[in-house]
Parts: sequence; structure tokens; C-alpha cells
Amino acid sequence: MGYKAIVIDTKDNVATALTTLARGIRVAVEIHDREESILLRSNIPEGHKFALQDMEEGEPIIKYGEEIGQCTTKIFRGDYVHVHNVASQPKEGEI
Amino acid sequence: MTTFEGYFRADGKAGTRNYVLIIPSVGCSQGAAQAIARGIKGAVFVPNILGCGQIGEDHAIVKRTLVGFGTNPNVFSVLVVGNGCEQLSAHSLGKAIASSGKKVEILVIQDMGTKKAISLGRRIVKEMCAEAMKLIREPIPVSELILGTECGGSDYTSGLASNPAVGAASDLLVAEGGTVILSETPEFIGAEHLVARRARTPEMAQQILNAVAWWERQSFLAGQNIREGNPSPGNIEGGLTTLEEKSLGCIYKGGTGPLEEVISYASSPTRKGLVFMDTPAHDIEQLTGMAAGGSQIIVFTTGRGTPIGSPIAPVIKITANRTTSRTMRANMDMDVSSIILGNEKVREAGSRIFQEIISVASGTLVKAEKLGYRDFCMFTVNINI
Repeated sequence: MGYKAIVIDTKDNVATALTTLARGIRVAVEIHDREESILLRSNIPEGHKFALQDMEEGEPIIKYGEEIGQCTTKIFRGDYVHVHNVASQPKEGEI
Repeated sequence: MTTFEGYFRADGKAGTRNYVLIIPSVGCSQGAAQAIARGIKGAVFVPNILGCGQIGEDHAIVKRTLVGFGTNPNVFSVLVVGNGCEQLSAHSLGKAIASSGKKVEILVIQDMGTKKAISLGRRIVKEMCAEAMKLIREPIPVSELILGTECGGSDYTSGLASNPAVGAASDLLVAEGGTVILSETPEFIGAEHLVARRARTPEMAQQILNAVAWWERQSFLAGQNIREGNPSPGNIEGGLTTLEEKSLGCIYKGGTGPLEEVISYASSPTRKGLVFMDTPAHDIEQLTGMAAGGSQIIVFTTGRGTPIGSPIAPVIKITANRTTSRTMRANMDMDVSSIILGNEKVREAGSRIFQEIISVASGTLVKAEKLGYRDFCMFTVNINI
């Protein structure tokens, strides 16, 4: 135990850091009931997200099992995921 | 099948509490209603200040809310206290509540003055409480529970830990055939398309989008654009990337199931499973709406902490903020900060919450009940004339 990051829904492709994590370390996360180790490619502040897999530009970022935005550039497993590489998409029903 | 120890009612529903409820049909009779309830064990009163001066759809909302409180399965019997000349007459309110098969008595102040109304009322309520005491708890399937979910005084631990943990508990209850109410419509803004996608029918999906659009339009009329500048710079600094993410952190407490029904404020669900009630995000108005909708138990997640309770439904306070859990020990019922510390999985905390729901449904008092916090505030749309 003593996880340093949390994956909220089994469909998620990002994890959230529970403490500030340094670039270059390996972080254990649970994905689909299986423990995996992610090598961090950047520093991740507490409460911020990192990628669990490689993603192409335009691919959805999934957290809470839902699309919270899309990649604005290619993102690699272990990358910091935030406003610099994710944007929300305009949708129907918006005023 | 999981059961809780509850009270069977004449209409086939089941309560987690067994109150004698005193309802003032109008604000003018609130003082007398409060005096009637004072010091009588098992009696609670509803601090209603409306019932007169409402316009448009507010007539229906006020009546629905008060009738909903009277018919809530946590209530054994009801005394309605009217003033006499109010729009919402004590008799029409009493008649609507009595349709649930509960014993209902009515007193009107203008017929006798407050002194007589209070002494008569206290005699009636004492008799009702003596009757209520005779009823014993029986095993009841948890499928009879309507769980209200709410968050307030949120911080980063809410979206990350306490709401997902409550979501896991919601999924467990829905899997057992129970009902979960998800509400706080303004909190859906930015993620409404994602919620709508989970609706059982296209009509319901449209109802969800319309509900969110209504709140957004009302805010515009008051000069506020909720979407603009949201997530706030502080949110972004805290790790929230988009408004979808922020809103989903709140919505996730309803679990992952499909949305079975969309209901208006203070209305009762007619289907089991996850149900969406259109309510404000205002904590007490939301709490009141869910209790009026028949919710017999409510889970309330908080980061910063909140003491509120309901007159008729136990409210379980859950925090994943360790500091809040300590500083507000007298108000918090559950600490799930172990998720934030990486020592407990969300679904494990969800199972703990589910067990606590059963325990509280079976009679264990929550902190807000021990403290006697019985907050009540109705949502209305228009000005009062």
C-alpha cells in the first residue's frame, strides 16, 4: 500500500498525484485491478495529473470514466497532463 | 440481500427514523409549531417561513415540499398548524399528506388563538409520540432506501477521494436495487453533455440539458456567467484542467450507473437506480428537496467541513481532508483521508460508506442529529408578493 497516485475509474487514462512527484521516479498505480509502474517524464505537483499511456493529438483524456478534454499535442506515458497539453472541446447544449 | 432495520409504513415504504412531524402551513404559524414541538421526545417541527405570498410555480413547489416532508417514510404521523387565511391552507396540506395513509391532525390558529392551539397541539403530539414509540424496527431490504447525495464546502479532496468513494457506495446500493438521487444542477455546467449521455432515453437527456440551460440563463439574468473563468486560476493551480473535470468531480458521487429518471425539485422518484433531481447547489435547499422527494438518508461529502442536518433525514458527513476531520470532529461522521494518503482504495472506502449507510439507516445517530441541527430551506423561483 501507500499509493502515491490515484486512478479513479477503470476507464481513465490519467492518474492524479497524491503527493508531489519528481521526474524520473517510478510510481505504482492500479489499472484494471493490475498494478503497473509508470516512469514519470516530468515533475508532477500534488493534485495534478500524469498520463498512463501514450496518446495522439485529438485523443480524449479520460478521468472519472468520462472525457474531460482532448490532447492538443502528442502525450507520452508518464507525461504531465494539464492546461499546456489539454483543452476542453465545445459541445452541444452550450449557450 | 442486504437489509437494514427500519420502520414499515402504511403506503408500503420504509423509514430509517420515526418522527412525529409538526408542519406550519405558513410562516405565521411557525412560532406556535415550534412551541408545540419543544421538549417532546420524538417530535420535530419544520421551520417553514413560506405558504403565503408565493406566485407562479412557487405555489406548487412549496406545497410539494411540505407534502413531501409529511409523506417521507421517516415520519410516523403529522400535525399541520395553519394560521387560517394563508394561501396554502392547513386542510389542503393535511389532506395531501393523509393520502399516504399516515395519521394527520390539523389545527388552525385563527379558530382558537395560539395559547389554545399550543396546548391542544402538545396534547395531540404527545399522544402521537406515544403511538410512534410502540412501533419496532424490522429487517427491510436496502432496495427500499432512497439515498440522497450532496457535496458542499468542497476542496481538492472532494473530487479526488470523498466523492468517488460515495460514488462507489452509490453503485453498491444501486446494485442491490436501491435508489440514489444525484442533484445540484448548477454543478453540472461544463459536463452536462456527459451526464446527458448516461440518460435512459433521449427525452431524459434533453431534460438534463434543459435543466442546466435554465440555471445558466437565470445566472445570466442576474449578471453572472458561471462558465467564464471556470475552472478558476486557483482550480488550475490545484490541478484541475477543464470545467468538465471540475464538474465530474462532483457528479461522480452518484456512481457510474445509467440515469433512470429526471425529476423536478422535491418530487419523488418513481424508478429505482440513479435518479437526477433538478435542484440548486445551495446546500440546504438541495438537502430539503431530496428529503421532500422521499430520501430517508443522505450522504454529504465535504472538504472544508459543514455542520448542517435535516429535520427528518440523517445526514452522514464524509471528509477526505485530514485536517477537517480533526478540527470538525464533532461534526464529521466518516474520515476517508486514507485515500488521499494512499492507504485505502476508493472502492474499499466505498464499502465502508455503504456499511455506515446501513448502520445509520438502522438507527445509529449521526453527528448532526446528536447536535440537533435540523436545517430547512425551500427553493423557490420567484419573488414573494
